[in-house]
Amino acid sequence: MQRKLKNIDGSFSEITPESLYLSRRDFLKTAGIVSATAFLAACGVSANQQSSTPGSNTVLPGSAGLTPTLGTTVPDNAKGSFTDELGNKANTLQEITNYNNYYEFSVDKQTPASLSKNFKTSPWTVEVGGLVQNPRSYSLDDLLKFEQKERTYRLRCVEAWSMVIPWTGFELKDLLDQVQPMSNAKYVAFTTILDPAQMPGQADRFYPWPYTEGLHLDEAMHRLTILATGLYGHPLPNQDGAPVRLVVPWKYGFKNIKAIVKIELTEKQPASFWSTILPNEYGFYSNVNPSVDHPRWSQATERRIGETGRRDTLMFNGYDEVASLYAGMDLRANY
Amino acid sequence: MKRTTHFPWLRISVHVLAWLPLVYLIYANITNRLTINPIQDLEQVLGRIAIYWLVATLAVTPLYTLTGWPDLPNRRRAVGLYAFLYACLHLAIFFGLDYAFNLAQIWNLVIGKVYLLVGVLAVLLLIPLAITSFDYFKRTMGRNWKRLHWLMYPAVIVSILHYALAQKGNLFTLQGNILRPFIWGVLAVLLLALRLPPVRRRVIGVRRRLALRLHRNETPEKIYTGKSTSGINPLK
Repeated sequence: MQRKLKNIDGSFSEITPESLYLSRRDFLKTAGIVSATAFLAACGVSANQQSSTPGSNTVLPGSAGLTPTLGTTVPDNAKGSFTDELGNKANTLQEITNYNNYYEFSVDKQTPASLSKNFKTSPWTVEVGGLVQNPRSYSLDDLLKFEQKERTYRLRCVEAWSMVIPWTGFELKDLLDQVQPMSNAKYVAFTTILDPAQMPGQADRFYPWPYTEGLHLDEAMHRLTILATGLYGHPLPNQDGAPVRLVVPWKYGFKNIKAIVKIELTEKQPASFWSTILPNEYGFYSNVNPSVDHPRWSQATERRIGETGRRDTLMFNGYDEVASLYAGMDLRANY
Repeated sequence: MKRTTHFPWLRISVHVLAWLPLVYLIYANITNRLTINPIQDLEQVLGRIAIYWLVATLAVTPLYTLTGWPDLPNRRRAVGLYAFLYACLHLAIFFGLDYAFNLAQIWNLVIGKVYLLVGVLAVLLLIPLAITSFDYFKRTMGRNWKRLHWLMYPAVIVSILHYALAQKGNLFTLQGNILRPFIWGVLAVLLLALRLPPVRRRVIGVRRRLALRLHRNETPEKIYTGKSTSGINPLK
């Protein structure tokens, strides 16, 4: 399959009119004070909102219920339907692709877009192994054979900003079912590609490269957990973690490891990049939780990108159905 | 000896350099060159500029020691006040735009976060210095003025600490995003070290020997032939 980003610049206007995107940013230009409601009203102008099918318990939050055709432009009927289950309209592709915490390229959020331009995502192999019955390596085309779904999820960064992103991808459960975890497998460990020649940030000795992350097997098997291969119906842009990244919408953004090359089932809780650097600040679970503060940032509120005011942060980022995974667990101790 | 005829290059440069970033930020804002999260971007950029000017304030005296440029000490106040200006703008964005003057929220935030407490301390140290920067106070406060303005040293260090603590990094294991605050911290410590009397005397000595040698090459006929033990430039 041809995995080139087809006309991604030209498609901005099809997804979100540029005038709308520009209007979002007028607030500072005009002396800095435009109320959040005025902004929201401006946002609604072109909103042809069509939320996910109600009344069906098989439809997951943020699922728009359509299978996108990767590598082609967004089908007509999908226009304007990129809305999460709470009615939040997705951020623009411009926003999603120009504000990236991707330290492999840069610690600045704007520069990964340009620095990742020539990042090679083909050929790509994801090794799946460890405590599994059928270890195997997957090419990207193999991964795209899993049923691709559209999920519009909120992404809450630990730095207290958030976005709504219309991912396409497949449930991690589908892949795990295929490799069959052994009975003693309790955790899933993920590793990003290590390639300092292509990723200038990996030359920075201040970080324990490569990036690693982990999930409890129950979390990994939850149907909200996906491996994203695209967004807005396009293949994943390089700065957003191409060609395949993890998306766990009820956890802080840094759990969503990008450019995955290795998935390993383990018995012991795996180390992760940020908890190696700052164990007292970045816990293994890192569930979005407004009542448990990060030592640096309050987690009570967040700024949705494109808005001036702050929103209250929701427990589990609004994905209450995952609460049962943590029944009886002290979420303050297991931050 | 005051030279009144020369063009005040240094003075003009300080003012131009100080206003340039602000002009750029306004321009960047109007033309959407800030990040997609412009409030945070403004807040952080203004904070960083404040740090640069704070460190520049510490650099004035050592630069004077190194070069002997007589106009330098007169620029120290302006440099310090520009640092204060950017710190205030940084604070104004935090209060007004980031937290929309939600005082209850700000209070809860500040008391719970070390980096914010440290930031508040930095501002509290800077305020009396800015207020007493007028000639009137310098005249009337006498020796106390100098004592008070000694607070600039801890103020700069505390500001850099605030910067470092706001980053995703570990100061103790030197991991994470701490390179930039680390460099500014090292620079500030070096500039403070240059003030220690033995270091300062040494620097002055080196400068004078260099000056003497230079003058010797240029105008050999003017060489002072007597013994120079006083440390005073014999050509003066």
